[in-house]
Amino acid sequence: MNRTELKEQIKQRWPDVRCDVDTASSMCEVKCSRAVLPELCGRLFLEWNFSFASLIVEEGASEWQLRYCFYGEQEAGWVHVLATAQLAEKTFPSIVKFVHAADWHEREAEDLFGLHFEGHPRLGDFILHDDAWQESVEPMRHHFDPHAAMLHRKPDADWRPHRVVQEAGAFVMPVGPKFSGVTESVHFLLETVGEDVIRSTPRLFYKWRAIEKLAEGKTPDEVLLIAERFAATTAFAHGLAFCQAVEKICDVKIPTRAQILRIFVAELERLRQHAGAIQEICESTALVVATSQAGIFEEDLLRISGELTGHRYLFGLLALGGLRCDLPNDACRHALKKSQDALKQLNELEKRLRVSSSFLDRLEEVGIVTHPNAMAYGLLGPIARASGLVRDLRKAQPYLGYEDIEFDVPSEQEGDGYARLRILFAETKQSVRIMEQAFAALQNGSVREPLQLRAGAALGWVEAPRGGTFHWVRLDQSGRIARYRVVTPSFANWHGFHLAVEKFAFQDFPIMLSTFDLSVAENDR
Amino acid sequence: MSQWVINGLRTGIKTTAYPRDVEGAAGVTPGLPCSGKFDAASGKELVDCCPTQVFTQLNGTVSADTRRCIHCYRCVRGIEHPVGWEQTYEWATVRAPSNSPNDFIPAFKQSIHICVVDAGDCGACLNEVKQLNNPYYNMHRLGFFITPSPRHADVLLVVGPVTDHMRVALKKTYDAMPTPKRVVAVGACALTGGVFAESFVCAKGVADVLPVDVEVPGNPPPPLAILHGLLLAVGRKPPASLAPASSEIKTNAMKL
Repeated sequence: MNRTELKEQIKQRWPDVRCDVDTASSMCEVKCSRAVLPELCGRLFLEWNFSFASLIVEEGASEWQLRYCFYGEQEAGWVHVLATAQLAEKTFPSIVKFVHAADWHEREAEDLFGLHFEGHPRLGDFILHDDAWQESVEPMRHHFDPHAAMLHRKPDADWRPHRVVQEAGAFVMPVGPKFSGVTESVHFLLETVGEDVIRSTPRLFYKWRAIEKLAEGKTPDEVLLIAERFAATTAFAHGLAFCQAVEKICDVKIPTRAQILRIFVAELERLRQHAGAIQEICESTALVVATSQAGIFEEDLLRISGELTGHRYLFGLLALGGLRCDLPNDACRHALKKSQDALKQLNELEKRLRVSSSFLDRLEEVGIVTHPNAMAYGLLGPIARASGLVRDLRKAQPYLGYEDIEFDVPSEQEGDGYARLRILFAETKQSVRIMEQAFAALQNGSVREPLQLRAGAALGWVEAPRGGTFHWVRLDQSGRIARYRVVTPSFANWHGFHLAVEKFAFQDFPIMLSTFDLSVAENDR
Repeated sequence: MSQWVINGLRTGIKTTAYPRDVEGAAGVTPGLPCSGKFDAASGKELVDCCPTQVFTQLNGTVSADTRRCIHCYRCVRGIEHPVGWEQTYEWATVRAPSNSPNDFIPAFKQSIHICVVDAGDCGACLNEVKQLNNPYYNMHRLGFFITPSPRHADVLLVVGPVTDHMRVALKKTYDAMPTPKRVVAVGACALTGGVFAESFVCAKGVADVLPVDVEVPGNPPPPLAILHGLLLAVGRKPPASLAPASSEIKTNAMKL
C-alpha cells in the first residue's frame, strides 16, 4: 500500500481525520481524535502491515502530543499518528488491545509522564521501581527539576513483586540483579511448580540513567556523546541514528565519502557484535573450545576496530554532518582484509558447530517464538528474522545509500535457539559483503559538511546489530535539545523474551538468554 | 568431539606477553591524552573543547586528569593544536590512602576471586572484563578467577556510575564479602560518573557509595588496563603515576 492509497482508505473510513502527506520526507502525518486512535493504530498494525516503531510523548505549552510512529515497506513510508489533549486531561485510550507492541511504551509513558492509558491491562512498577520511588513523581515532566536535591526514599524491605501463578506448590525463583559471572544487572522472577518455568517476568531498569531527561537543554554535540555511550556495544548505530535525526532537522546532506565510511564502520560493528553474541551462545552451552575460538574472533574484531578508528567500540568517530576524521583508504583496505579473515574463521566455526550433536541438542527446539507472537510483540532484528519476520530497516526504509548496495536479509522459520544462531552467522557474511561493496565505492572527498542548527523535529532510524533503533530529536529555537526519545531494539525484544522462556526447563534458561542477545543497557537507557 | 580438541591445539598460543613483557599489537588500547606545553591561546582551546573537563591550564602547561577522559577525541581531531596522545595501557592508580589503607595483604599473594557488579554500565566495560577470560588475555594464568558469589570474593570489581536502583544491590554485595577485601572501580563512569555524572538518578562514581582502593580510567579501559588494575590491587604491579602518596604499593611490589 502506498501513501495515496493509505490516505484514501483513511478518508473513507474516518472522514474527520486529517491526513497530511509530506512527499519530501516520505512521511504521512495523521491527526486523529482520541476516540479514533486505537482503531486507527490497530488497522495500520494488523491489517495494513505496518510495523510499530515508537510512542513519543511530548509536553507542549498547553497540550500533550502523543506521536505513534509506524513504518512499512519502502513506498508505504512512515505514518505518524498524532493525538492531542489538554495538559490537565491526562487520559488517553490504550492501543495495546490492537497493537501489543506498544505495551511497554505505554507503561513507560505512564511511569515517567503520569499519563493514564485507559484499558491497559497492566500499569505500575516499571521504570521507577515501586520499592524506591514515591508515587506521583513524574520525572519527564517539564516542571520536574533534575538538578534539585532529591530525597531518596528508603528502600522498602518488605516490598514484594507481583506474583501471578497461584497453584499449590508454586514458588518464585528470583534471579539477579547480581547473578552469574559477568552479566548485566537485571532481575528475573521465574515462577514454577517444579521443573518448568511457567511464567517469567523480567524486572528491568536497574540501570536506568534517565538519558532522555539528561539530554534536555544540552547542545546536539553534547548529546552525541550520550547517544554513543548509553549502550556502547552498539555505540556506532545509536550515534548514527542520533546524527541522522539532527542532520534531517538541519537539512544537511552529508558528503558521499562520509556516507560510505559510515556504512563500512556500521557493518564492522555488526560483525563484531554478532561474533560476541555467538561467543555467548557457545559459552551458555559450555562448549569450551568453541567459546575460546569465538572469543578470539571477537577480540580480533575489537582490535580491527581499534586500529581503524582509534577506539575499540568506535567512540568519537561520528560528528554531526559527517565524521570527525577521515579514515585513509589503506587503513580501510587493511580492516577489510582482516575482517574477511575473521569471517573465514567464523565460517569454519559454524561448520564444526553444525555437526556437534551435543551442542545442537541444547539449541534445537529451545526457546521457540512463533511467527504470530513475533508479529504481535513487534520483535526486531535477528530474533524476529529467526521467526520468519523479515523487516530490515536497511531494506524497508533505506538510509545512507543502502538502497544501492546488494545484500540479502537472511530469515528462518523455526524461531528456536538454533534458528537464531544461524541468522547470526548468515548476517556476518552479509556484513562483510556490504563492507566489500562500500570499500569499492569509496571516492576521495571531504567527510564533513558544516551544519547550521535550527528548530525542528525529526526521527532518525538505523538497523542496529540487535535490530531497528529509533531516535526522535526536537531542537528548540536556540538549537538545544527540547526532547530526545530513544527506542532501542532491546526494548522491544525484552518485551517478548518471556515468550521464549515459558514452558521450558530451568536449565535451558541461560541458553535462551544468550540466543536472544539482549542488552540491558540498551533497554534501560 | 575429537575434532574440537585437534582444532583447539591447532590454534596455538594466542596469549599476550603482558605482564611479563609489553603487548605491542595494534588496537589493544584506545590511548589517553597526556599533559604538554601549550601557549595561552591553544591551551585555552584545549580546555574549552573537552566536554568532561580533563584539562587544566597553568603557566604554559596543560595538564590532563585522565580519570575524566571519555575518549571523544575532540582534543585531537579537528583541532589546530592537538594534545599528545599516548597508546599505553598501564593506567590504574591507587585512590588517596586517606580513603582506605592500602597495605599489602599477604592473603592476596595466592589466587584471587573477583566478583563483578554492573552498576549501570553501558556494556563496554563489562564486555572488556569478559575479554579477560578469552585466550588473548586468559587471566586464569595469573591466578584471577571470576566468581558469581560475593561470599567467595576477594576483590569487588565495579563498573558503571552506580544508578539509584543499583545502590542497594551494590552495598549488599560489598557487605556480603569477607574481609580483607579490595574494591576496584573500572571505567570513567565508575570514577567520575562520566557522561552520566549530571543524571539525577546516578551517583558520581563508585566512591560515593563504597570505599574504592584502585581506579582504572578509560571509557572503557581496555582489557590490559583492567588486568593492570587487578595486579595493582593485589600488589603485583606498581600504579601508573608514581606520586609520593602511592609509593608504598611500589615498595610492596618490590618485596614480592
